[in-house]
Amino acid sequence: MSTILLRGGCIVDPASGVNECGDVFIKGGVVTQVNYSGRAGELDTLAKDTDAKVIDCTGLTIAPGLIDMHVHLREPGQTHKETIATGTSAAAAGGVTTVVAMPNTVPVTDTVDWLRFVQSPERGASARVLAMPAATVGSMGGELTDYAALAAAGAVGFTDDGKPVLADSMMEHALIAAARLGLPISQHAEDTRMTVGASMNFGPVAFRLGLRGMPIEAESSIVDRDIALLEKIEREHKLKPHLHVQHVSTAKALGSIRAAKQRGLHVTCEVAPHHIAFTDEAIAGDEAQRSRRYDTHFKMNPPLRAASDRDACIAAILDGTVDVIATDHAPHAEHEKNVEFERAPNGITGLETALGASLRILHGEHGMSLMKVLALFTSAPAQKFRLRELGHDVGRIAVGSPADLVVFNAATEWSYDVTTTRSKSKNTPFQGAPMLGRIAVTLVDGVVRFTA
Amino acid sequence: MIVSYTNRRAGLALPANIGRSMSPTAANPHVSHPGSLLSIHDISLEQISSLLALANDLEAMPHRERMGRLDGRKVALLFYESSTRTRTSFELAAKSLGAMTTLVSDKSSSIEKGESLHDTGVTLRALGAEAIILRSNYSGAPEVLARCTGLPVLNAGDGMHEHPSQALLDLRTMLKRLGLSESLTANTLNGVTVAITGDVRHSRVARSNAMLLPRLGARVILCGPPELCPVEALSVTPGVEIERDFEKALSQATVAMMLRIQRERLAGLDIDTGEYIAGYQLNAERLARTAPKVLVMHPGPMVRGLEIDSAVADGPQSAIEEQVTHGLAIRMALLDRALRPETNA
Repeated sequence: MSTILLRGGCIVDPASGVNECGDVFIKGGVVTQVNYSGRAGELDTLAKDTDAKVIDCTGLTIAPGLIDMHVHLREPGQTHKETIATGTSAAAAGGVTTVVAMPNTVPVTDTVDWLRFVQSPERGASARVLAMPAATVGSMGGELTDYAALAAAGAVGFTDDGKPVLADSMMEHALIAAARLGLPISQHAEDTRMTVGASMNFGPVAFRLGLRGMPIEAESSIVDRDIALLEKIEREHKLKPHLHVQHVSTAKALGSIRAAKQRGLHVTCEVAPHHIAFTDEAIAGDEAQRSRRYDTHFKMNPPLRAASDRDACIAAILDGTVDVIATDHAPHAEHEKNVEFERAPNGITGLETALGASLRILHGEHGMSLMKVLALFTSAPAQKFRLRELGHDVGRIAVGSPADLVVFNAATEWSYDVTTTRSKSKNTPFQGAPMLGRIAVTLVDGVVRFTA
Repeated sequence: MIVSYTNRRAGLALPANIGRSMSPTAANPHVSHPGSLLSIHDISLEQISSLLALANDLEAMPHRERMGRLDGRKVALLFYESSTRTRTSFELAAKSLGAMTTLVSDKSSSIEKGESLHDTGVTLRALGAEAIILRSNYSGAPEVLARCTGLPVLNAGDGMHEHPSQALLDLRTMLKRLGLSESLTANTLNGVTVAITGDVRHSRVARSNAMLLPRLGARVILCGPPELCPVEALSVTPGVEIERDFEKALSQATVAMMLRIQRERLAGLDIDTGEYIAGYQLNAERLARTAPKVLVMHPGPMVRGLEIDSAVADGPQSAIEEQVTHGLAIRMALLDRALRPETNA
């Protein structure tokens, strides 16, 4: 297998806390030597002897490849929007080397066979594809899927994403069954009884636009219900279930999660880049957010919220309440989005903009260290989802570990241009948006999967 | 003069600054035509003044001359929701300017087969439509159509969002009845209080009026029970007020604009009719007692005996029929503006 020398970059590895300049040597798909002496070129002789491809990383950051816990790859069934090949190619372009595929495919990924299909090498993935199959059969909320069999086949959690597990008893059973396997239930927190016919955040902007709104309580009430279930299960079953709350968008739900963590419950949560980048004012047409009126590229679920909720999401990232950043990458075809706002499907693409937008907002505007921002994408998801224990040594730079790496210029300011996307779809709200940190090279298993 | 369709389109110089700062990838790359009226926000007081003057001119114009204004031009009426007043007045307005009209409704077209608004719009354009009048049950639909086709689009009511031509005809009605100048300024309606009462929540008429009238100096009071007039309504325009007590609102009003409860949009909301009538019906007794001089308006369709009684609707204070007539004049002016940009700059 080929050998590669990443020469003279700044190695930032949140898992070990290393932040030093040096070289990374890759052989056979794994990192075999790391030199962080502060001097470049210590491994030059080795590179020469092994005829390694040398990638000059001067002025660049070398970090573990990013892990995105929430991605819709649309395969099987909706390959006009995305395929596993195109979605993971976009991932690589965004520095993402591990994606967790959501199960709302057609058919729903709710069996071992479909889970194997998603993870099969035949899909031609450019990044590592992990998966959370459905929590209930067909994500219909009526009957649990076969957790033990799915876990044995590689499930890293269970979710009905796109829909909540709504019934109390069903969610309780799901949490218990997953806890017995040491896996999380990843919940799309939305009380759909409160969001019928709604297409954006409830509030003044929705009123002005004549659109029905989703109240923040639709999110927070499910989070509260789920947290109460964790307490009940701990009390009654002596189990420690893991609840992961997906794409949290409201101050209220974040407050509940923060309090639950303080009480020692096993709750983790993710925030999506768009929820720290935009507000619901975008849907009224906002030059500052580069949006048109009723711009369906700003329609997703949970919806963009008021500025106070956006600020609460940022604050919760800064104070550590938020465990990981995940994109909820949700591609849709142009003709599907080019319709009346209320008829347009929810979701936006996000794999290529996650790092640039997050660095711009969190590092650039809020002074969060590069190390800490990267942790939210690398060491944190790896640790909080026990990925290494599940057989996936990702999210760190370590000798003997797979060479899933991203090399980027952390200081480059640029604007996203969706015409260059590797995704099959172009439904992004980040068109023309300022980004910080430009990716130069992405490697997965020691193979270069993206070069700028 | 015969002007070919292509030439005419090429001759429409779009202002270079429109949409330039906006995302070119947002649902569609095209920008809206300057002759469009999608939202009441999009038209300045100066433009409205010109429009009102144009409405007067067109109304006074001899039939033969008026028929020459849009002689042979093609106007499509695209109606996804039922309508009597708006559709007929747009159609008659177009015809009285000499334009040809065609009606496409969801009940009798490929819309029933699932054809998208985009494809329907492009099809109408390919058939020679030079302007499209759209009524849709989806808020914001005119934006999609305007971007897809590049044609002037006149919003004839979109979901719960806006009904800008109604706001303009309501304004014309008020100005004529109150004897005010039609050369508008920010003070034209100083001292005028308009109470908009009823189902504000689901009303596009309420939104367009509440957005427009304060720009002319009017005080706007929104009135109704919380489930039909929620506090979020205050965001429509800075300065609008909410008054729950109908008689208090009425006693301060120069104009009482009554709204129908939109049963078709209630989505499970349960309104006690008896209670509503007791609290919010504009009837003769209430009118005589609290607002003997108020000008009564209603965009229609009325539900007689619910939000308004017949004695008021047909009484001397009512301008309801005049509103309909003003609608014709306003819609002639809007069509003229849309299709003759060279003379209505």
